[in-house]
Amino acid sequence: MTIESPLRADEPDLPSPEEVWEDRPGLLGFFTTVDHKRIGIRYIVTAFTFFFIAGLMALVMRAQLARPDSDVVSAETYNQLFTMHGTIMIFLFNTPVLFGFGNYLMPLLLGSRDMAFPRLNAFGYWVFLGSGVFMLSSFVFGAAPDGGWFAYVPLTDKAFSSGINLDFWGLGVIFTGISTTVGAINFIASAFKLRAPGMTVNRIPLLVWSFVAMAFMVLFAVPSLTTAAGLLEADRLFGTAFYRPASGGNVLLYQHLFWFWGHPEVYILFLPATGMVTTIITVFSRHRTAGYVWVASSFFGIAFISFGVWVHHMFATGMPTQATGMFAAASFVVAVPSGIMYMCWIGTMWGGDVRFPVPMLFALGFLVIFLLGGITGVMVASLPFDLQVTDSYFVVAHFHYVLNGAVVFPIFGALYYWVPKMTGHMLSERLGKWSFWTMLVGFNVTFFPMHILGQRGMARRVYTYDRGLGFDFLNMIVSVGSVVFAIGTGLTLLNVVLNHKRGPAAGRNPWDADTLEWATESPPPEWNFEASPVINSRHPLWDEEPLPYVAAADGESTEQAQSPIGASRREVAVTTGFSAEADGHFRVPEPSIVPAIVGLGLFVLFVGVLLIGAVIFWVGVVVGLAALTSWAWQCEVDRS
Amino acid sequence: MTVFDATRASIPSTRPGRPLAWWGVMLVIATEGTIFVALLSAYFYTRAVSPEWPQGGIDPPDLLRISLFTVVLLASSLPMVYAERAIKRNDVRRLRIALAAAFAMGLAFLVHQGFEFAGLEFGVKDNAYASLFIVITGLHGIHLLIGLLMSVVVQLKAARGWFDAAHHDTVTVFSLYWHFVDVVWIFVFSSLYLSAHLR
Repeated sequence: MTIESPLRADEPDLPSPEEVWEDRPGLLGFFTTVDHKRIGIRYIVTAFTFFFIAGLMALVMRAQLARPDSDVVSAETYNQLFTMHGTIMIFLFNTPVLFGFGNYLMPLLLGSRDMAFPRLNAFGYWVFLGSGVFMLSSFVFGAAPDGGWFAYVPLTDKAFSSGINLDFWGLGVIFTGISTTVGAINFIASAFKLRAPGMTVNRIPLLVWSFVAMAFMVLFAVPSLTTAAGLLEADRLFGTAFYRPASGGNVLLYQHLFWFWGHPEVYILFLPATGMVTTIITVFSRHRTAGYVWVASSFFGIAFISFGVWVHHMFATGMPTQATGMFAAASFVVAVPSGIMYMCWIGTMWGGDVRFPVPMLFALGFLVIFLLGGITGVMVASLPFDLQVTDSYFVVAHFHYVLNGAVVFPIFGALYYWVPKMTGHMLSERLGKWSFWTMLVGFNVTFFPMHILGQRGMARRVYTYDRGLGFDFLNMIVSVGSVVFAIGTGLTLLNVVLNHKRGPAAGRNPWDADTLEWATESPPPEWNFEASPVINSRHPLWDEEPLPYVAAADGESTEQAQSPIGASRREVAVTTGFSAEADGHFRVPEPSIVPAIVGLGLFVLFVGVLLIGAVIFWVGVVVGLAALTSWAWQCEVDRS
Repeated sequence: MTVFDATRASIPSTRPGRPLAWWGVMLVIATEGTIFVALLSAYFYTRAVSPEWPQGGIDPPDLLRISLFTVVLLASSLPMVYAERAIKRNDVRRLRIALAAAFAMGLAFLVHQGFEFAGLEFGVKDNAYASLFIVITGLHGIHLLIGLLMSVVVQLKAARGWFDAAHHDTVTVFSLYWHFVDVVWIFVFSSLYLSAHLR
């Protein structure tokens, strides 16, 4: 399928898109770019680096637990490993890798040229990188956080964790929350205002909807984490009394604040993953998504309900049964929109002509694993059952089924699906199939026996266990499974490394897909599209070939036709929120070093707080504020 | 090649919607406001499980002077509304006067808060009540300080003739943030000052 570029200007007075859009060369371009595609790929690469680091930590833990009374690592090291494994996977892999895909894909899916706030987007990446370096640097000082990934007080108060370890965690999660928040703002504003003309609300791709629902959850959930961790750090560093019962504080307050973020966070990770699955199932069933409105509504239903279930993480804290009963009931309700989505995926395949390339295999693997994780989810939502398995390996099994199985599998499917768009080269199907089956087997051999271990009474977070408690054999199985799973993920890494430059050419639309990112070249040029596409359907590339483009109305000069829709100006068409009618345009800001400098200032500021070094802190504040002022001074919103 | 006349899509609409920056600031306000919701929830949660309030024999905060400065802070939204109206009429001079007036009123409030902090009979470490009081009012003060710094940039831009009737998104979004800081204070004042007197 070829699509001619209708508005490529041949007139000499118009600059070429290259002149207008390309980054500065070399290192300067690296630090100044505001191109959502470069930033998105950066997010993905950085996040996967953290993924493999945290995965290696898991392997060390499984080496320790493979046999009873083992001493591969000390108890102290083990505490650091399980704390950082969870922290990295949640904060530095799962969330940012989804933001990476979102950043890369959203403007392409919308038929636009960049995000609504490109410099903010660059800033979000630098903050993510800074917070990752900040948290991981704790290993260099031998002082990695060791209070568990949810860092409950009073264990994590200064009296019981006197080292600097927990400060890396508390400050690090506040730091990374800034990145998540600005990313969410960008997703919402872009999806509301930068859609191609004609992409009315009921034609927005479901993947975009899933990111919008996720972004709204971020806006209202992350402040609670910031508060929880902020008050914890105030207690630790400045001696306040928020969580100190002896001074009138309350330790349960921390748990409430933490889980008011913590439960929505599960769906913050899960919703974009379901968006990816919806996309992949639709394309490889070659069938319109069954129940478009139902799926989109389910995203928002889940997002809404998720704010009313946080207490189910606290069933064992001794709250009144009336209260916990309400939260148990609300938790069951989550199964309803989840079930609706599930039926829509089945319905799409039912009506379609299903193909089974690697992305589809990962989507189907997701369906199986999510079903199991969903069932155990309903089990642990039940009050009496939860009291039995709290803090046991049953819970570890459950949340790995949902967070590893139901999020990581879609992410791997997304890699196979969209890497050809990002690089222009197909990944190997053969290696991909090996990777998928190894991962699926390894995953279940690793995590399924944990259900049984938990019911037999094995507590989570123990660094070792005695012989003859009925744990020995199953733990060995789990450890063997973890190696198989690791090999499976390694095969995909190998696949990407080998083929991202040498694989067969992908062409524009190798999967015969329906959404707009496949209407442009692979990889897309900096300006994404030669001209703004016009949308008349939910599945534009299936319904209209070639795709119609915005063009000049009668009587306009070519130059007018180029603006704001042609690529010869650094502009993006803005449309109205619901009906996606033309509503002016905005100038995409030039590349700038300022976002990176604000990120640097923040990094220095956080290091200053960590070390309680007033000089370092104020240096960070001054650098950050100076850069912010320069940012505000250059800001041209009044001029577009 | 199909070329589609998307109802003259290349022509900017005559009645433009909210600017992008408006969306950005509204979302910032939503998420910042949620921080105050979380903190005030922490305040009432701690209070609900505490046998005495305020704790440790601290007197409820004095209402007289803070009420006066609350009026000053809330009233600073009026010149901000006026500033936006002025620039819509292309009146840069009145815009600058109004921005300066709002700035002075905000600054007065912040200076008063500094004096109030200096004269507090308790410290942040004393008990949970003291920690909550100082951290919540302090965080509001930091938001106000950031508003004042923003105001400096906006006033400088106004002085350099950056704004006119058609181009003043910066003024619009800055005033939104200013109103937000004022509205948050209504909740902080009601919770930390007024409600502490309820027995």
